[in-house]
Amino acid sequence: MTHEDSYDLATGRGLIACPRCDALHVEEDLEAGETARCIRCGTVIAKPREGAFAQLIALAFTSMVLLVGAVFFPFLQVSAMGFGNASSLFDVALAFADGVLLPLVLAVLAMIIGLPIVRSFLLLYTLVPLAQGRQPYRHAARAFRWSEILRPWSMAEIFVIGTAVALVKVAGLASVHLGPAFWAFAALIFVNIASRAFMCQTTIWDAIEDAGQRTEFDSRPEGADA
Amino acid sequence: MSGPEAEHRGPILTAHRAGLLGCHRCGRVWPADQIHCHRCNAHLRPPDRRRLQAVWAWWLAGLIAYIPANVFPMMRTQTFAGLAGNSEATILGGVVELMHHGSYDIALIVFVASIIVPIGKFMAIAWLATVAGRPATAEQAHSRLKVYEVVEFIGRWSMIDVFVVAILSALVQLGFVASIHPGPAAVSFALSVAFTMLSAQSFDARLIWRGLPLRTRSDPYDL
Repeated sequence: MTHEDSYDLATGRGLIACPRCDALHVEEDLEAGETARCIRCGTVIAKPREGAFAQLIALAFTSMVLLVGAVFFPFLQVSAMGFGNASSLFDVALAFADGVLLPLVLAVLAMIIGLPIVRSFLLLYTLVPLAQGRQPYRHAARAFRWSEILRPWSMAEIFVIGTAVALVKVAGLASVHLGPAFWAFAALIFVNIASRAFMCQTTIWDAIEDAGQRTEFDSRPEGADA
Repeated sequence: MSGPEAEHRGPILTAHRAGLLGCHRCGRVWPADQIHCHRCNAHLRPPDRRRLQAVWAWWLAGLIAYIPANVFPMMRTQTFAGLAGNSEATILGGVVELMHHGSYDIALIVFVASIIVPIGKFMAIAWLATVAGRPATAEQAHSRLKVYEVVEFIGRWSMIDVFVVAILSALVQLGFVASIHPGPAAVSFALSVAFTMLSAQSFDARLIWRGLPLRTRSDPYDL
């Protein structure tokens, strides 16, 4: 490969380091559908797809709608010997509002509802201007970075499996009916899987950078910008 | 670029060796004295064994929180206002109870998620942090990276048991008939999972490759 002027070993311009093994690669523009893997450890570095931004935006909207439904519709209904209890997640939060276990409940709600909503919002904030070919919003880089940091902490799909286990445990004690909110969560799993398949961080970072995004620091080193 | 099977045999230049610093979040490369990545604003970390202190600190915190999580009850079940007895179940007790009910598959899920996975994770992180940066062959490095990826992927799934307790205690509030309350172990188990997730995240996978010889012996370009 002869890209003598496309990269600079002194400033790192035009180079990409594998986040897993630190091997240096020369940055190249990929066609949609191509996959770039690290030459040493095989980690996927970039995998651009046709129309990925529009699809990611649509999926982020979908997951927001599903999550709002998941909060306010009844989640499970349980009844035994005439005593019944139907609760949405919102009711659950209110029921625990004065208990000692409030931190646990808040953490659980944050992981299953709060973080997924925040992540969808951050993704929309980053991607909507990029998909329209406009200048990205001022904090787009920060928003996208946080969306990636929060990714392992949003646990809607684990919650669904947890519900399945809970159903079996409670089956002998009472009869249980699944509410609309449960199905919203189940649908959310597939939305997340699709979103992960379309997501290519490198492409989004490149798009943010190419669109002229200036981050909060202006002490850019000489030549890093050229 | 070549496919994954086409193993690269020549010398590999790493950002560290070139006097540069790669961003662990977005991959952009910067001069080694840069502190923040100007593209994604992340703090740039050199692939350094000193970073392992954070891994060990979170690891220890997770291990400490895992002890009360197993000793104290995960939840308390009260039936007929205590007349039919209160029962308290620890993590292991819950698994045994599920097996008595005959639901072996669910018992297996809970057993794997709350006992096998956490313990396996403690061992795997400790092993990775011990061998990181030590001399290794390329094959060893590949298998270590695989172990790290499994640990990173599977860690969050231990939260299942916490969610089960949260759902049950929210739902089963049937007044006189039955009620379920979360026990102290639920909190410490949730903390233990969170701490080990942080421990795995602070581990720098680039350290796995630091100990590799730069050239293979059979390399014709060896100088």
